[in-house]
Amino acid sequence: MASLEQNKEVVIIKYNAGNIQSVWYALERIGVNAVVSDDHDRIRNAGKVIFPGVGEASSAMHYLREREIDKLILQLKQPVLGICLGMQLLCAHTAENDTACIGIFDEQVRLFKPSDGKEKVPQIGWNTLYDLKTPLFEGIDNGAYVYSVHSYYADLGTHTIATSNYIHPYSAALWKDNFYGVQFHPEKSAETGERLLKNFIFTIK
Amino acid sequence: MLTKRIIPCLDIRDGRTVKGVNFENIRDAGDPVELGALYASQGADELVFLDITATNEKRKTLSELVNRIARHINIPFTVGGGIGSIEDVNVLLQNGADKISVNTAAFRNPQLVSDLAGEFGSQCVVLAIDARQEDDGEWYVYLNGGRIKTDTRCEDWARQGVDRGAGEILLTSMNHDGAKSGFALDITRRLADALSVPVIASGGGGTMRHFVDVFNEGHADAALAASIFHFKEIGIPELKRYLQENQIAVRI
Repeated sequence: MASLEQNKEVVIIKYNAGNIQSVWYALERIGVNAVVSDDHDRIRNAGKVIFPGVGEASSAMHYLREREIDKLILQLKQPVLGICLGMQLLCAHTAENDTACIGIFDEQVRLFKPSDGKEKVPQIGWNTLYDLKTPLFEGIDNGAYVYSVHSYYADLGTHTIATSNYIHPYSAALWKDNFYGVQFHPEKSAETGERLLKNFIFTIK
Repeated sequence: MLTKRIIPCLDIRDGRTVKGVNFENIRDAGDPVELGALYASQGADELVFLDITATNEKRKTLSELVNRIARHINIPFTVGGGIGSIEDVNVLLQNGADKISVNTAAFRNPQLVSDLAGEFGSQCVVLAIDARQEDDGEWYVYLNGGRIKTDTRCEDWARQGVDRGAGEILLTSMNHDGAKSGFALDITRRLADALSVPVIASGGGGTMRHFVDVFNEGHADAALAASIFHFKEIGIPELKRYLQENQIAVRI
């Protein structure tokens, strides 16, 4: 297995938004022993940072602000991967309880509105990815399936590096400098998710 | 596009699968983790683990099992069976369950659904409803694994559950469960059309055609089955190919 930079930890940011255990286990399945922490120094010195999240945006941002983790994230220089709510919180603003977020990506986060009353919100299940860009998706083909659960989505924009379609096209992944975000759950997306996590951990510099 | 989901259900007692059958390609079909991993590798979209243990040791056995499942299986899974409190759910989610399902306890105390959705989010709260169609043509809610009848109509309870924050409905037709004569298309369709959240149809799947029908005519978002998968009457790969041939979007 390719090795991570020596002595550099993979840190999963600990906060009040679920799925941390699932992300930790998914990393374990690809041979990575990650650390779950909210310690600023530990996060700052990590080789890779994962910012997970399942939950509600305003309470998550409140928790992050109280501990100044939002400011810390803005200053990070190593690769950072936001997952689901984590990705949305890396955007500037979400419509979920009209919440100002961390502000890496300027794409707007909006609530899905069914076009004809038929589509269910949240979107729950496996959907396809297309228009894949950056080494994050190396070895992953257009049309690959990933698992998502979400009521809010980020618009397509200049930072979009993967697109999915539910009611309309939206950003399945975003990228700016050292910051990556995925709307879906790689930790629950079978082989495709495992490949993406491997790319993030072992390929992205 | 978003695909229809195929969900095998595993009944668990004392940490073991109840319908342990002979799978030659795994060592121990009685181990929920091995059987679940096999289904995941065959293309199952999610798994449901339904715990029917009745002993006092239940909670610890289950949380240990959930932890092992989360560690080894790379698709989402729901855990249900006798869940009655926020603390029950907290333990299961902490151990890596993606969703939990509530049934009788939620009916007895509907506030539980609101509390769970408020605490953990709607995305992890599945409201399981066992329903039976009576002679008057109406569908009624049953409790305690189908042993106790209520006077509440299935649609009314489902709607209340969604209003309180349930993120999905798992509907089991007691008239159809085990009969392998097809899913309950009419009530599934009524719920799927009326509710803003996904509906998982359960009970009655016996042929691959039944799955086409529950998606096309029942408007289900997902279909759940147990014994036809456990006894290899239908393989998940062949089922998904058949659905695809019938123009139903599935993950292959």
